[in-house]
Amino acid sequence: MSSIVERIPVYEPPKSLSDVSSHYCPGCTHGATHRIVAEVMDELGLTDKAVGIASVGCSVLAYNYFECDMQQAAHGRAPAVATGVKRVRPELVVWTYQGDGDLASIGTNEVIHAALRGEKITVIFINNAIYGMTGGQAAPTTLIGQKTATTPFGRDKSWSGSPIHLSEMLALQEGAAFIARTSTHNPAHLGRTRAAIKRAFQTQLEGKGFSLVEILSTCPTNWGMTPVEALKWVEEQMVPVYPLGIFKDWQADGARSPAAAGAAAKSAKPAEGGK
Amino acid sequence: MSVVVMERVVFREDRCKGCEVCIAVCPQKIIALDSRINKLGYRSAAVKDQEACTSCGLCARVCPDAVISVYRPARPAKPAPAGEGRKAS
Ligand SMILES: Cc1ncc(C[n+]2csc(CCOP(=O)(O)OP(=O)(O)O)c2C)c(N)n1
Ligand code: SF4
Ligand code: SF4
Ligand code: SF4
Ligand SMILES: [Mg+2]
Repeated sequence: MSSIVERIPVYEPPKSLSDVSSHYCPGCTHGATHRIVAEVMDELGLTDKAVGIASVGCSVLAYNYFECDMQQAAHGRAPAVATGVKRVRPELVVWTYQGDGDLASIGTNEVIHAALRGEKITVIFINNAIYGMTGGQAAPTTLIGQKTATTPFGRDKSWSGSPIHLSEMLALQEGAAFIARTSTHNPAHLGRTRAAIKRAFQTQLEGKGFSLVEILSTCPTNWGMTPVEALKWVEEQMVPVYPLGIFKDWQADGARSPAAAGAAAKSAKPAEGGK
Repeated sequence: MSVVVMERVVFREDRCKGCEVCIAVCPQKIIALDSRINKLGYRSAAVKDQEACTSCGLCARVCPDAVISVYRPARPAKPAPAGEGRKAS
């Protein structure tokens, strides 16, 4: 006599993620972050009411990888396109997916003004400290001392300034309702990233204002590291420069001044829970 | 009574890019790259010793290419009713 042991899924790829192979390099965390965004879309039932705006950078082809509607914007202009879509169709959940070259360099102005206006959009901001797509040039997010194609001796503060802390800046704006920085370097932090993305989408669903999650990410190819070494580099080099945490949360910080929220963010714990 | 062995961790090996992130994270150290090359041109990750897998799900949660699904067994099944038992041994 035999018995069939039934199996219960512990993890299966999300339905909102398209069933295709991606163009991303082996081990690039763009892939894991796409998967997590799709998991949240599944959980909140957003696949048929979300519109994603792809940007310019390695994730320019993100429109191939999600089952929701997608649009593609000119370099740095995803928040403007998202603004248009959201204002015309306020019932939709509109999100952008932007790299640090796209969002924190050519598009800095766009994202700041979207936050100032309190646009009810969600920004997924991929900080991998480099321009990945174009061959590894320095970004505003590049760390001091980091070697890139355009800083072959390491980024020199006296020459090109210091890494930009965009989440901290945006958290000071009244229109910003939820701002967090998370990381991708291990399963626990990927879980916190998922919780933060969920909170950001919920912020939009509740009509509270602008939401953004900055996600510390890898570019193994242009960093010249294996994917596993790159994850370690995020943990050891990037996290100390870019503190993780929630910098603004309409649920928690409602009564606090922006300055207090900013100060609290320094010691804030990463997003937890799923509510 | 014998039990039909179930695969706890399943790899869509044609999607794997051999990045080894799952290998680094597996607490059981049971994931390894296969010697075969998949159609993307990479050595795909695979688990030989399914029995040693604890279904923790960590490998699937770090994979950048959504290659991995993880399952756990349900409570040991009741004996199949006579005549309906599949794969009797
Ligand atoms: C108007 C314009 N200027 C410059 C470029 C060249 N360009 C393409 S992608 C990119 C930077 C991408 O870096 P990032 O946004 O960090 O994305 P990653 O590839 O790192 O994910 C640049 C400068 C362009 N496509 N269009
Ligand atoms: S170049 Fe860098 S950011 Fe772009 S896909 Fe490859 S590893 Fe990822
Ligand atoms: S589920 Fe856990 S134990 Fe099983 S292969 Fe994956 S990481 Fe290893
Ligand atoms: S993490 Fe995914 S893509 Fe990388 S080796 Fe493992 S199964 Fe393959
Ligand atoms: Mg980048």
